[in-house]
Amino acid sequence: MWESINAAGQPGRLHAARAVVELDGLAHGSVFSGRLEELRDKSVLLAAKSQLTAALALIELDGVARRMVLCPPDLSAAHLPAVMQGAEVDVCVRDAAWTELGALPVPMITAEPQLLRANIERRRSRATEWVLLTSGTTGAPKLVLHTLASLTSALPDKRPADTRLWSTFYDIRRYGGLQIFLRGVHTGSLVLSDPAESVVEFLARATAAGVTHISGTPSHWRGALMSGAAASITPQYVRLSGEISDQGIIDGLRGAYPGAIVAHAFASTEAGVAFEVRDALAGFPAALIGAPGPVELKMVDETLRIRSPGTAQRYLGEGVERIRSADQFVDTGDRLEERAGRYHFVGRRGGVINVGGLKVYPEEVEAVINAHPWVRMSLVRARRSPITGAVVTAEVVLAEDAGGKEGRPAPDALTRALTESCRRVLAPHKIPAMIRIVPALEVSASGKLVRPVA
Amino acid sequence: MSVRSKIAEQFQQVAKEQDRELLPLSDEVKLVQSGLDSLSFAIIVARLEDTLGVDPFNTAEAMEFPVTFGDFVRLYEKVAK
Repeated sequence: MWESINAAGQPGRLHAARAVVELDGLAHGSVFSGRLEELRDKSVLLAAKSQLTAALALIELDGVARRMVLCPPDLSAAHLPAVMQGAEVDVCVRDAAWTELGALPVPMITAEPQLLRANIERRRSRATEWVLLTSGTTGAPKLVLHTLASLTSALPDKRPADTRLWSTFYDIRRYGGLQIFLRGVHTGSLVLSDPAESVVEFLARATAAGVTHISGTPSHWRGALMSGAAASITPQYVRLSGEISDQGIIDGLRGAYPGAIVAHAFASTEAGVAFEVRDALAGFPAALIGAPGPVELKMVDETLRIRSPGTAQRYLGEGVERIRSADQFVDTGDRLEERAGRYHFVGRRGGVINVGGLKVYPEEVEAVINAHPWVRMSLVRARRSPITGAVVTAEVVLAEDAGGKEGRPAPDALTRALTESCRRVLAPHKIPAMIRIVPALEVSASGKLVRPVA
Repeated sequence: MSVRSKIAEQFQQVAKEQDRELLPLSDEVKLVQSGLDSLSFAIIVARLEDTLGVDPFNTAEAMEFPVTFGDFVRLYEKVAK
């Protein structure tokens, strides 16, 4: 990774909350205090609370370590033994802030939050395996094996002519954030988010740095639009990924950033980046299914399957399922429905609400609710019913304003209006029995709405 | 507002929302003939749990399933006490 950054000329910067690091400093500086060679050919667990430390360590370790395991900062200590065993970890790199590691059965090296001058000769000796952690249905993380080649397969071959400053609400140890990190360091610079910052503070810092390209989940972006600070940035490119992008959030961002490209992308840790849609419409053109190209999409049993150079190799560990089927396609588990020449995601296989034997995908109902100008976001869930097994309920977070519309309607009038708009387009069993206005909805560390386990 | 009138109000509200014609509510009216379907009852029961704080259907004891509107009201009156 360092070679390609260095060879491209004019390496960029990493903008963290408390420091800005010039990447060309890696020519004579290291976060490992001269101990990088101890990590050569090893399987390395990278546990850094600081995204800056992690970012620098990733660049240094690629081509040196046999394998590196990217721990997100909220990784539970309870899952650590299984992760270390699954990835056959030889050595642990941590930063001073990651205090809950305890005693580990492997040597530990502390990484610094800055580049310390070191007599260093950077030598690439192998293709390092990158291991990402993704949540499994049981709560224990799954270990997903990638290489730099698979992670960068969706990046442009050539460095763009313009100078790009990327940013993301995501943590870079998660697939969505890692994609932006790699784009940042390969095509310019990157502003890292910081969990200690509010959305307002983060956007102010991104603005000060001159952000041009920025990415987050629909929930991140709804949070930004609710913060009142969205207008403080003037990006050229805004990207949505990680959750279903409904027309409401796409329109919200188009309104906030009239001069920007608003794109929504589909990617998953296992399947890689499948596509990006730039026409500002929810869903994607049906013609993408079956179209020839490096990324091939097909639909089997209404779910999206992907074959591409960006898919992960396999899960690590014993007794784990396969990521790819025999024909090398990855089953995303994401269900599609065709409407008017476009495919729309209607939720995950298994995330279905069953109302008296009739299926309801929460996302489908949320999209209708979210289209209301006074709604910022919503969560549709099942409520147990002694009559039909379940009924649909919705929790709704209201917007601060509705783009110049008159004062906010009374809660009763609003929930009636929402029920009415659901009635217009949805079958009766999909209409929420109750709509509750709530101050906020829980968004997970990965930036997605926290959905109760059905 | 009595338990009975709160229940009657929900019946009327849900009937309106579900676009169903509700028979005048007397104790003798059979639920199955009232004009409401099972989805309507599911919604009524869920909403009554919120307004009255009880769900008489969710009980460990054996319960007699209400057949008429009168049964339905008594079921709630019994547990709402």
